[in-house]
Amino acid sequence: MAEYILETQNLGISFGGLKAAQDVNIRIKKNQIYGLIGPNGAGKTTIFNLLTCVYKPTTGTFYLAGEEMKGLSPDKINHKGIARTFQNIRLFNNMTVVRNVMVGLHYNPAYKCTVLESILRLPRHFKAEKAMRARAKELLRIFDLEEERNSLACNLPYGKQRKLEIARALATDPKLLLLDEPAAGMNPHETEDLAKTIRFIRDHFDMTILLIEHDMNFVSGLCDELTVLNFGTVLAQGDTKAVLEDPEVIKAYIGG
Amino acid sequence: MKLGKFKLKHYINYIVIGIITAIFSGIVLTGGRLDNSTLFLLEKVAISIILAVSLSLVVGFLGELSLGHAGFMCVGAYLGGKVAALLQPTLGNGPLAFLIALVVGCGAAAICGIIIGIPALRLRGDYLAIVTLAFGEIVKSLFQNTSDETFGGSLGLPTPRYDKNYLFIFAFILVLVTLAVVQNLMRSKHGRAITAIRDNEIAARATGVNVTKYKLLAFTLSAAFAGIAGVLYSYSNYTVQSAKFGYNYSIEILVMVVLGGMGNINGSIVSAALITFLNTKLATVLTGDLAVLQNLFYALILIVIVIYNNAPALKGFRDKYNLGVLVAKLRKKAADPSHVTDDKAKWDVVPTKISMDEILSVDVLPQSGSDEEQNGGVK
Repeated sequence: MAEYILETQNLGISFGGLKAAQDVNIRIKKNQIYGLIGPNGAGKTTIFNLLTCVYKPTTGTFYLAGEEMKGLSPDKINHKGIARTFQNIRLFNNMTVVRNVMVGLHYNPAYKCTVLESILRLPRHFKAEKAMRARAKELLRIFDLEEERNSLACNLPYGKQRKLEIARALATDPKLLLLDEPAAGMNPHETEDLAKTIRFIRDHFDMTILLIEHDMNFVSGLCDELTVLNFGTVLAQGDTKAVLEDPEVIKAYIGG
Repeated sequence: MKLGKFKLKHYINYIVIGIITAIFSGIVLTGGRLDNSTLFLLEKVAISIILAVSLSLVVGFLGELSLGHAGFMCVGAYLGGKVAALLQPTLGNGPLAFLIALVVGCGAAAICGIIIGIPALRLRGDYLAIVTLAFGEIVKSLFQNTSDETFGGSLGLPTPRYDKNYLFIFAFILVLVTLAVVQNLMRSKHGRAITAIRDNEIAARATGVNVTKYKLLAFTLSAAFAGIAGVLYSYSNYTVQSAKFGYNYSIEILVMVVLGGMGNINGSIVSAALITFLNTKLATVLTGDLAVLQNLFYALILIVIVIYNNAPALKGFRDKYNLGVLVAKLRKKAADPSHVTDDKAKWDVVPTKISMDEILSVDVLPQSGSDEEQNGGVK
């Protein structure tokens, strides 16, 4: 089982009578870039919310590197190694860029320091703060945000906010990174840039990535495998090329 | 303003409070006389500062509206006062008894903080405000309805006023302790986690911040310091009367925090001192038939301050003549608050003020669990 980083088994949730997701089985191997696509309202973000335990699944369960994750709290899930970004960006707007990333480093055992140690200003506090700041700057450098590290997150341009959200997610040192429509609102040039960044993240951080996207060019160029959702169920699954040529998928997207 | 790694602006509030305390203690300890009203005013100012700084931890940094701060203070005042009264025959009225009373009052208030913190994990905004408000009223009524032997009932609990002239020195030492704890906490990774919860709770959770832990921590610490303020109050007065700790007092503390700027500790300190001074002065100046005007003048002054701070028409004036600009002019350096050169420098500016209407309105607060389901989840 552990050959897959993420494995979902019949994952499903219903809100009252509405089955928002049903029998979703996704298997993601290590270092894959995996796409989750589907028309609006197909349940893609619901799947993300299930995987980050914002929702409790009504059926099924899921495993991260062979370990069952169902029923944990969102922060525990993050500690176990699933980090995410949000469709409408959720940064800590009134904090500086560097502090946003430092919040991501909060749980990392390397920077451990108890509340009492911080209040009493014991050496470990200073050591942790210094190390966190250095690490955060390093991450910001990778995402070309070092210059802006002292501006408030809400003052960044849109594209950089997206990057910062990814940097913050990566700061938590995850095994699996969930990106919810990373290319939304970007122009073709920025999208291309983003694809490069995502590949770089996979190689540099040895990361496995699951992403939601609408831009078919982006997905076909980037993803190794795809799952297509429609009305909460899996419509097609497998190798990117084969899936995108599937007549069922084309029908779901174009209609008819 | 750099002295090696030591940055003066980080410690300016300790220094100012330290100097003021030193001056007054110098007068008292060298045998000079301060009249009772000045001593009493100093004690009151110290109590207000502790209350305002501790409340700003919850309202300014955690971003939750608490209307029950006086309730925590009430718990501290009654229990601390009771302990002091019980200890008087054996330990007298010395520093040791004071210390024990402090520990008891602070501990009891902290426990109440945990009790209030638990619903605070599920409630937000207006609903939490109602719970804290109810808590304050319940505590008040509970103490009001105790029997005369236990907590004095409606007549109030007689407490031993600290008989020496230097209670205010202890009070200001406690102000410094409060300041150090709150400030050190907020300038650490834990403080960052607390402001992250304020800015976006869902994102904070997804980034691995233990929201439960930090909300409870903020509530408990805030309550504990309110308890300390309560013990000080019981020592500074001859009786503790529960009527004092009503809704109005909670609001007054909130006013101090809001006027000082949400999440701005130094602002809270200044406004706490000013408002307390103002209230006391109004009470002494307007006596007799004019006493009814006290609240009128108080309200007028508050309105003027709020308009001065927020009116768009006065923005030009504020930008020209605010304290920062004047100081910069003196130092012949252009003040540019938008640009920060060192990321360690402006820690207290970073958690910017939430505007008042934002805190007091429902719609800007993050959706609660049930809303999420209606809106189709976290997007």
